[in-house]
Amino acid sequence: MKYIDEYRDPYLARTLLDEIKRKTSRQWTIMEICGGQTHSIVRNGIDQLLPDSIKLVHGPGCPVCVTPLESIDRALAIAAKKEVIFTSFGDMLRVPGSRRDLFVVRSEGGDVRIVFSPLDALQIARCNPQKEVVFFAVGFETTAPANAMAVYQAAREGIENFSVLVSQVMVPPVMRLMLSSPENSVQGFLAAGHVCAVMGYEEYELLACEFQVPIVPTGFEPVDLLAGILQTVELLEEGRAEVVNRYGRVVSRKGNLIAKTLIEKVFEVTDRQWRGIGCIPQSGFTLREAFARYDAEKKFNVTHICSKESPLCLSGRVLQGVLKPDSCPAFAKECTPEHPLGATMVSSEGACAAYYNYHRNVML
Amino acid sequence: MTIVPICAAPIMQHETVQMAHGAGGRLSQALMQKFFMPNFHNFFLDPLDDQAKFNLPAGRTAFSTDTYVVSPIFFPGGNIGELAVYGTVNDLAVGGAQPLYLSAGFVLEEGFPLADLETIVVSMAIAAEKTGVMIVTGDTKVVGKGQCDKIFINTSGIGIIKNGVNLSCRNLQAGDSIILSGTVGDHGMAIMTSREGLSFQSQIRSDCAPLNGMISAVLETVPSVHAMRDPTRGGVAATLNELAVSSSVGIEINETSIPIQPDVRGACELLGIDPLHVANEGKLVIAVAAADAAKVLDVLHASEQGKDAVIIGSVIADHPSMVVMRTAFGSRRIITLPLGEQLPRIC
Repeated sequence: MKYIDEYRDPYLARTLLDEIKRKTSRQWTIMEICGGQTHSIVRNGIDQLLPDSIKLVHGPGCPVCVTPLESIDRALAIAAKKEVIFTSFGDMLRVPGSRRDLFVVRSEGGDVRIVFSPLDALQIARCNPQKEVVFFAVGFETTAPANAMAVYQAAREGIENFSVLVSQVMVPPVMRLMLSSPENSVQGFLAAGHVCAVMGYEEYELLACEFQVPIVPTGFEPVDLLAGILQTVELLEEGRAEVVNRYGRVVSRKGNLIAKTLIEKVFEVTDRQWRGIGCIPQSGFTLREAFARYDAEKKFNVTHICSKESPLCLSGRVLQGVLKPDSCPAFAKECTPEHPLGATMVSSEGACAAYYNYHRNVML
Repeated sequence: MTIVPICAAPIMQHETVQMAHGAGGRLSQALMQKFFMPNFHNFFLDPLDDQAKFNLPAGRTAFSTDTYVVSPIFFPGGNIGELAVYGTVNDLAVGGAQPLYLSAGFVLEEGFPLADLETIVVSMAIAAEKTGVMIVTGDTKVVGKGQCDKIFINTSGIGIIKNGVNLSCRNLQAGDSIILSGTVGDHGMAIMTSREGLSFQSQIRSDCAPLNGMISAVLETVPSVHAMRDPTRGGVAATLNELAVSSSVGIEINETSIPIQPDVRGACELLGIDPLHVANEGKLVIAVAAADAAKVLDVLHASEQGKDAVIIGSVIADHPSMVVMRTAFGSRRIITLPLGEQLPRIC
């Protein structure tokens, strides 16, 4: 299959692995930012194949994981309303709120539907003018353009029974937070390929320079990941704190200008809560005043709902690469995909779920 | 003066299912006479008693039941009626039984088109004929509009297991070969891509098919096969896990040997679904002593349903109750049970 097979080629992978081994002269700690990369690494066992001197730590780039508890609780409150059709990506349905999840709301009669795009949610709104259709707009810069487009189209067509519950976050501010932490051990980053496809990587050049770390925009297939790791190792070995793009078939330095213009038109930057991490200033998006009537939090008056995290879940430390999932005392004991304590055990991009599903190294 | 009576439309000429079709009165009779009897008729059903009466040949009796709620009811490669016959026939056959008799229970939603019912009933009759079973007893209920979705079907089946055949998911032994009879994920992805809301089209057809012919040919040649399962809901991953747990053995499979159609692979890639978790309705997983594996493969290859059969792995004494995959890169990962619903109402 084109664009898949060549990036999963075992021979190419072996060649890259040999090159990584040859180039590595000492211990390096590298973080892959995106949960999609984490899953691909663990699923394909790339971490088992790397030399022991390369330590991979898993980053915060799982949108479901970092969506704050109070956004989930607000979603649950809105989804339970009779007049609402609540739409969401499938992953969000199992994320535990303070007391229940969206599946439970659905079993109690709430109209909760899985969609593959916010534009599908907008279509549901067109087809159900008597209902209020709400889309749970979570994610990083990757999902922002489509979410912005849904709101933009709704405004252009004058569709008033559509709104979005926004929990939209950005990568660079959380990288800045991690790099500023005294606990930080990360020496190089694989930047999230799809985020960079939208935003480009100019912003990462500032981070690389300021914190003296190499950053390599990297794809998601095994060969992409190994090429990204090799590039990071080369930069580390040569002491170069630069950004080098290894996802050239998708990422350009400036990113997708049309997408960025649309984000700029619909959203403005705001402080955001990150689940397990806390509030990071200027780390996310909210709707601009001109589109405020599409803000589900205001439309359904749920801004008063505030929630507190369970102290048992250490997902915040997992998300910042300080704790490995299987080093958490609750891992695979109190916390499993069937009974998750936190979102990192739920999401298909969550690091804890990746370890639980594919790894559990101890048993192999 | 002649009085011309003004008649309503004749009561028997409905185009859709009415509540009265399930009320036991004249419309129920009409439904029987028009749809069920002409298609299903046989020696045991024809008396229309409340029960079918028959003697069973020698051997152990196998008995199985399943309820079919698939949506959409017509999908590329089959429909709910065929699925209801093949599904229960296959459940009997993988236990080593020769399927003989089925019951069929229908729950119909008020307003369901009778033309669709006829299509479904006709394909059930054809499926029964193909598999050599008789539908010997049945029941129909009608529920109000919105109280079920179009049509639900329950079938139960009885079959006979010949002496000397002992298939059980507890029989796996270290050293066994694991054979898969063909490509993975065809049924689940056919259903998924034919659902509304997914804006891509595909040529994927369900693999919905009877397996009893192929299974009896395998058992004729190698009666000592240890276990067979049809990997339906939960896919090959769930079946392998059930086998590993039941026999307290480890199973190791090779990623590169899993057969998958390009369309199915593409759809799974797009939707982020593991093809090993996707349902099949015409496939077999077989555990057999390694020495007999080639003979089983020869028999499978001679059948349309088994032409792509391959050995995908083996049973090992290590990591009991766990299924591990050797990836194309030489690393290993666990194959887990899928969690919760991937897609509701797949069968």
